[in-house]
Amino acid sequence: MKQSELLILMGIMSLTTYLVRMIPFVLFRHKIRSRFFRSVTYYMPYAILSAMSIPGIFYCTGDPYTATGGFLAAVLLTLKRCNIVIIALGACAAAVSIHVLLALV
Amino acid sequence: MQKSPYTYREGLNDGLPIALGYLFVSMSFGIAAVNYGIPVLHTILISLTNLTSAGQVAGVEILKDVSVFAVSAMEMFLTQLVINLRYSLMGITLSQRLDDSFSTGKRFLLSYFITDEIFCIAAAKQHFIGTRYFLGLATLPLLGWTFGTSIGALVASWMPVSISNLFGIAIYAMFICLVLPVAQERKGVRLCALLAVIISCVIRYVPLFSSISSGFSIIICALIASCVCALLLPADEAEEEGER
Repeated sequence: MKQSELLILMGIMSLTTYLVRMIPFVLFRHKIRSRFFRSVTYYMPYAILSAMSIPGIFYCTGDPYTATGGFLAAVLLTLKRCNIVIIALGACAAAVSIHVLLALV
Repeated sequence: MQKSPYTYREGLNDGLPIALGYLFVSMSFGIAAVNYGIPVLHTILISLTNLTSAGQVAGVEILKDVSVFAVSAMEMFLTQLVINLRYSLMGITLSQRLDDSFSTGKRFLLSYFITDEIFCIAAAKQHFIGTRYFLGLATLPLLGWTFGTSIGALVASWMPVSISNLFGIAIYAMFICLVLPVAQERKGVRLCALLAVIISCVIRYVPLFSSISSGFSIIICALIASCVCALLLPADEAEEEGER
């Protein structure tokens, strides 16, 4: 592929991503009064995060054992009300330990 | 007039865990992109100008084998449109929770920072948010994302992908941390999370839906789960404005 083609494709990529974010954000200025719509916006972030997490988390490391270990560590640390950074590091530590263990077996 | 009580500094604080998660995730993106044959500098530029995970991964997959330029250009446009369409929904949702400091000009600039995690933290704040807080929230994640990509791109030649992939779990751990405590306390959020997970599993595992892309799947899950919950258990004013 030519250098210029690569740059044009990268431009299309960035511009599309930006416009998709910018247009509704600039155009929708008014507060919406409908209780239904306000409820939808209340639930939306939780729906998106849940849908992205499961089943995605079980595939993100490339093997189901390390992913499940990381998942369980994250759930356990969250239930114990740990700090968000601790939870992220704990999940990584669990995934890395299981990876090392599997390599040794 | 509405004015947000949150400062730039509070934004930085809230953004730190997102930035740490991004650091790990973007490292694996940097490694993958360079392994696909994209130059290091271009890889970093992609992260700096897109600031999104799923869209970038799909983007470099198109870049790695371009045969007919016009076809790839069309494919790039459509893929980015569908995968990132959820940011449109988020922008409209976020619009409901902004104070008057968000002028039109600032919206043009700040819309660039709407990502899944930044949106969720901002939308889950108790009170209205202002431009200072939002910019603070976005600062460290942008640095983490770009810096992580740079590290990943530079070490790609010697670090095995199987190792770098392990750190991808960090971002999911953060998702769990955002949803689970609220789901324990609130019935509506519990139902919403459960519904979203069921729909996303159905789309993933039922062969009939196998052609649905990951970005489009998120849109479907988000719309169905949040609309059903809004009908069955409308959030009351206290939940919308107060103790979230």
